[in-house]
Amino acid sequence: VFKRFVEIGRVAFISFGPHAGKLVAIVDVIDQNRALVDGPCSGVRRQAMPFKCMQLTDFVLKFPHSARQKCVRLAWEKENINEKWAATRWAKKIEAREKKAKMTDFDRYKVMKAKKMRNRIIKHEMRKLQKMASKKGKKPEKPEKPGKAQKAQKAQKAQKAQK
Amino acid sequence: MAGEKAAGEKKPGEKAAGEKKPGKKKPAEKKPAEQQAGQKEAGEKKKKVKKHHASRNPVLARGIGRYSRSAMYARKALYKRKYTAPETKIEKKKKEKPRATITKPVGGDKNGGSRVVKIRKMPRYYPTEDVPRKLLSHGKKPFCQHKRRLRASITPGTVLILLTGRHRGKRVVFLKQLATGLLLVTGPLVINRVPLRRAHQKFVIATSTKVDISGVKIPKHLTDAYFKKKRLRKPKHQEGEIFDTEKEKYEITEQRKSDQKAVDSQILARIKKVPQLRGYLRSTFCLSNGVYPHKLVF
Repeated sequence: VFKRFVEIGRVAFISFGPHAGKLVAIVDVIDQNRALVDGPCSGVRRQAMPFKCMQLTDFVLKFPHSARQKCVRLAWEKENINEKWAATRWAKKIEAREKKAKMTDFDRYKVMKAKKMRNRIIKHEMRKLQKMASKKGKKPEKPEKPGKAQKAQKAQKAQKAQK
Repeated sequence: MAGEKAAGEKKPGEKAAGEKKPGKKKPAEKKPAEQQAGQKEAGEKKKKVKKHHASRNPVLARGIGRYSRSAMYARKALYKRKYTAPETKIEKKKKEKPRATITKPVGGDKNGGSRVVKIRKMPRYYPTEDVPRKLLSHGKKPFCQHKRRLRASITPGTVLILLTGRHRGKRVVFLKQLATGLLLVTGPLVINRVPLRRAHQKFVIATSTKVDISGVKIPKHLTDAYFKKKRLRKPKHQEGEIFDTEKEKYEITEQRKSDQKAVDSQILARIKKVPQLRGYLRSTFCLSNGVYPHKLVF
């Protein structure tokens, strides 16, 4: 039922507080509510931190408890946590949310146009297929549909990346 | 009194001496033999300008003279000596009196053709109560001297969103701030039907989108006076046609059209360089569900 546990070396994401948005590794457990935490590669000094503000990630590092910062840093860089984290969907969602909040009025207009175009393409294809399906009885031509939808997605992604 | 007399006696003394001296001087200058005497007198004149007669009013006791005022007048021969101050300049100035009346022609027959009218007339009303003088105030300037401010987010070339007026919601290009503080703004006209127009800073959202207007020349005659609304009012108090005011319908003058073209042609070229900007300016701004202005980044 539970897949992520609080353990030595668990990488956690800080959700609120002064270090909100950074990754840390749990070095030791102090008591029921706090942990000794260190984030040498993410700019968090070694300190006590309540569990409440930590959200556990999938990554676990290997170092003994109460290991000093140097060891934590070595383990972190060996596992390449920063790159792995950037590749997760979690991090990507956060980034997308930030980008959306920073959108200017012009960007919003461009996105609206891109979405409109994309939806048009999709609807166009859908209707084509529906027509064909209704005409030719029952010959669903499924392999074509995802291909064209992917094309439309790529076009829209390119426009979003431009902003 | 004695003091006055002494001063009075100085004058006759001076004058007599002065009259004598120039009289003596002239013949002295002519005759070279008496040059020395003349020089001596000239020298004396420079040093002793006035030779005063002693007081003609012997003193009886301190502050009391022997003769009365009228007797002294006679003794000093003041009847002979009446001096008028040099008045030529004042007289000249006085002669230049401003015109008090003017003759104006009057129409209608049997009216005599003209009237003599006073230029400066007597007041037609005197208030029963005197209005007390207002105390001096400081720092209260008239509107023309007010300080005009411009938000830092509004620079030439910024795209603004108009919030009030008949063009509300339209996105528009900012050109410059006018003397009264209003913003000169243009659609451009071909894009969103907003002409060269004034907008108020407070009723405008400044977006962060900017068009590069560095080389655009805005004609100098586009001032507040150019844009001010004109209202002709000559009510002749005729009972019919009170509501038929002139200029009910606003007509676009040729000058406005030419100015619009001149400015817009320059700006359109720059707008075309930015992709999708033209369509952006054509669209209008609106809020929908889940869109909160305080959370939007403009």
